[in-house]
Amino acid sequence: MLIKEPTDIPYSEITPQKFYLNRRRFLEGAAMAGAALAGARFIPELVEPSTVALAGSKLQFQKSNLSTTGEALTPLKDITSYNNFYEFGTAKDDPAENAKNFKPSPSAWVVEVGGLVKKPQKLSVESIMKLAPLEERVYRMRCVEGWSMVIPWIGLPLSALLKAVEPTGKARFVAFQTLNDPKQMPGLRRAVLDWPYVEGLRLDEAMNPLAILAVGLYGESLPPQDGAPIRLVTPWKYGFKGIKSIVKITLVEQQPPTAWNISAPNEYGFYSNVNPDVDHPRWSQAKERRIGEFFKRKTLMFNGYGAQVAGLYSGMDLKKNF
Amino acid sequence: MTNKNIAWLKVVVWLICLGPLMDLVYLAATHDLGVNPLETIQLTTGLWALIFLIASLTVTPLRRIAKLPWLIRFRRLLGLFAFFYIVLHFITYLVFDQQFDFAAIWKDIAKRPFILLGFLAFVLLIPLAITSTTGWIRRLGGKRWNNIHKLVYVSVAAAALHFWLKVKADHLEPGIYATIVALLLGYRVWVWAAKRSAKQSPAVAKT
Repeated sequence: MLIKEPTDIPYSEITPQKFYLNRRRFLEGAAMAGAALAGARFIPELVEPSTVALAGSKLQFQKSNLSTTGEALTPLKDITSYNNFYEFGTAKDDPAENAKNFKPSPSAWVVEVGGLVKKPQKLSVESIMKLAPLEERVYRMRCVEGWSMVIPWIGLPLSALLKAVEPTGKARFVAFQTLNDPKQMPGLRRAVLDWPYVEGLRLDEAMNPLAILAVGLYGESLPPQDGAPIRLVTPWKYGFKGIKSIVKITLVEQQPPTAWNISAPNEYGFYSNVNPDVDHPRWSQAKERRIGEFFKRKTLMFNGYGAQVAGLYSGMDLKKNF
Repeated sequence: MTNKNIAWLKVVVWLICLGPLMDLVYLAATHDLGVNPLETIQLTTGLWALIFLIASLTVTPLRRIAKLPWLIRFRRLLGLFAFFYIVLHFITYLVFDQQFDFAAIWKDIAKRPFILLGFLAFVLLIPLAITSTTGWIRRLGGKRWNNIHKLVYVSVAAAALHFWLKVKADHLEPGIYATIVALLLGYRVWVWAAKRSAKQSPAVAKT
């Protein structure tokens, strides 16, 4: 638990933090009789105490004018209990449960940055956090599944890290890799995806001011289920591009493979920019359900960040380069 | 099984079948449907529609294999509950996903096998629900009624495939359901083939 200054009220105080009980997916039990199910509901409440979503440390940061304004923030409890982080299980409430003991320390966690760079380095998250002042970036997050959130990330521009390692003239893409440790990440024990999770950006996308390495949210260090200790956030792309728990960043010449593209190349492209006009082959991307709302709202081109990023794709056929 | 026992058992089965709905109502009342309540309702109603379809299709093999003829008296109940949950499932799509935009729904159905299969599973059950009464069985005659109600095989296959297509990468859960459905349909094929060869073999013996 953190000790709070009486004058400084962190977000976690404002947001109701009583973490709602992660119910085992009651949908699972085919054999379970419905009535027994309704009765059994009361039992875990007695056994399992309510847990607090964040046990993170408070971060020093400044506000950013690149933040999205005028939209209600998604409550912390929603951001920390509804996650796609397959390394910790494929159900939405799996990561909150299975990542409880995943507590990487910013000083011990090392990100290996290399490839086509003049200064390859092994940097701790702590030292990455010193490359540039931490900023709060409020971004919309649109999941490829058709739901969205508004999240106050804390992080620094990805460009700050890339500049520090000095990419060579040959470097055209940035490849990212997630930790691949089945001992800590039980989801890795099943080959749901071709582990380790990998992602990639074109170098100019990575240098775009909107692209950040997030180390926290709601003013505190990243909860494990949201990609601790360091993750990518590219708000104009579908959420899965935001690779979590990064251990490796490599500058390369050729377009690197990406996890979901390997899994289903016709469904998930390298770019995966949010685009209401290009449907997922199985469902429409025209609308999304903002968490907390009942009806769906229209999805915006580039998730509403066209002014900052549309230039990256001028002249490109976005239906082909989805 | 006496009639009285069956009547009691029916009450129990009714309550069990209402369980998932009661559960949703309870969770809604306590604001405990999770972060994405509509998704919870959608997944729950869809899954239980499939489960009850499977349950209704288990009746025939079970009563034959386990020699429990009275089980047949629960088949209609289970089938109608499957229809009930599939209707709720469709309503969530109609109201909350599409906001009664019928043009968009039509486009969705025509374009996407995922939606088409779900829709098919639902639509095919409508005539079965309508003709589920004793009056309709009499009017149609047992054989014709039986033939019409074979549509449930297409419906359950469509439902299982619809579930499979919903999932992005982890096909374990829909895979389990698809396997059960395949076994239940396979049983029908096996029975049909056995009957056919039984009919044909005397003819073969003559030649």
